[in-house]
Amino acid sequence: MFQSAVASYIPLLHGTVDLVLLALIAWALQERVDTAWQWALIGGLLFSLASALPVGVMLLAYVGVVAIAELIKRRVWQIPIIAMFVTVFFGTLLTHGLSVTALVLGGTPLPLFQALNLVTLPSLFLNILLAIPMYSLIGDLAGWLYPVELEV
Amino acid sequence: MKISSPRTLQTIVLFMLVVGLMALALGGFLAPLSGVLLSPVVSAQTWLSTRYQAMQDFVSSPSDMNRLRQRNAELEAEVARLQTQIIELQSEIREVQVLSALLDFARAHPENTFVSATVIGRDPSPFIQYVNINRGSNDGLRRGMPVVTHQGLVGRIAAVTASAARVQLITDPISNINVRLEPSQSEAVVSGQITGEIALDMIPIDAGVQPGDLVLTSGYGGNYPADILVGQISGIRKRDYELFQTASVQPAVDFSQLGIVMVITNFNPVDLEPLQP
Repeated sequence: MFQSAVASYIPLLHGTVDLVLLALIAWALQERVDTAWQWALIGGLLFSLASALPVGVMLLAYVGVVAIAELIKRRVWQIPIIAMFVTVFFGTLLTHGLSVTALVLGGTPLPLFQALNLVTLPSLFLNILLAIPMYSLIGDLAGWLYPVELEV
Repeated sequence: MKISSPRTLQTIVLFMLVVGLMALALGGFLAPLSGVLLSPVVSAQTWLSTRYQAMQDFVSSPSDMNRLRQRNAELEAEVARLQTQIIELQSEIREVQVLSALLDFARAHPENTFVSATVIGRDPSPFIQYVNINRGSNDGLRRGMPVVTHQGLVGRIAAVTASAARVQLITDPISNINVRLEPSQSEAVVSGQITGEIALDMIPIDAGVQPGDLVLTSGYGGNYPADILVGQISGIRKRDYELFQTASVQPAVDFSQLGIVMVITNFNPVDLEPLQP
């Protein structure tokens, strides 16, 4: 809802921040969280409800993003901020790549160079800009929901 | 008459002295003397009064300061409340102006029936141009119905649920609308762009179009009623070796400020797909 009612109204050129993507990546990168796959499905379905993109596209994209996040978490989990940046970078490219592919296959005349310059790169910039605040916010949420168990 | 005693004489002299002084004072003869006599007194009193006032201020200032701070806080709160009220009223005025314009538009088109709706969100994907509105099939909305504002054409309904609908804007890359140019009466096609702008294509090469010409729906294709304002030509590109001219169009509707729209509910779009070979 916030993505549709607020974030979509604040473009940089023609790109917008994807808050669902950022929240999903930040959640998937939390150490004690193992429900990212379910949230990817929920996020994909909710995005599909609000968007005119074909239903499966964002569902597939978000599942792919969680797969990237899980892969990166296993490799570089000691530096979560870098993991966040790397996942946001590849996640944005994946979601936009799948969106453009679906639209072009559906007959929408999208000039690819313009799409990259005016939409994908500004969106990438906004997503990376908001990656740290989102990671911090979701980190607090995860810490509250999954408190560290102390041995006495 | 014999004066009885020296005391009586003293009283009479005193009385006459007083009367004489009063007469002199009333006559203004004592002014220089009183000025000389009173000047040091006035100066001394002024000095004393000033010092006393300063002392009084010094002693009583803390309570005054507290009172002033409290008053200042009250006034600041009042100013903030009034500013909020001004913003709310300005917002209401804008809304009333828009509603009034929409009402005027509806009155100017009595052949159409309208359902007004509020835009509740944009499509989260930046590649496509859709908005969601807060009316759906429960309000009589159907897929394909045109959506307008008092400024001009907004788009058409692409999907409907019971209480909401998705509107494809004319700026969407997949949107194509048959239009007529005024005053040249030439036919053309308006297409949306990924940049959120609209462009005019398929203008006959010999059509005499100019920047500033109006772009109106032609009604061809059966998707939109005729004569709805789409925009105004802002630039033309004409090459002798091409079959058609192209032009850029300034949309009549400000899509970044889209708040309230009207759906034309008595227009039935024609599906031409079965006729296509």
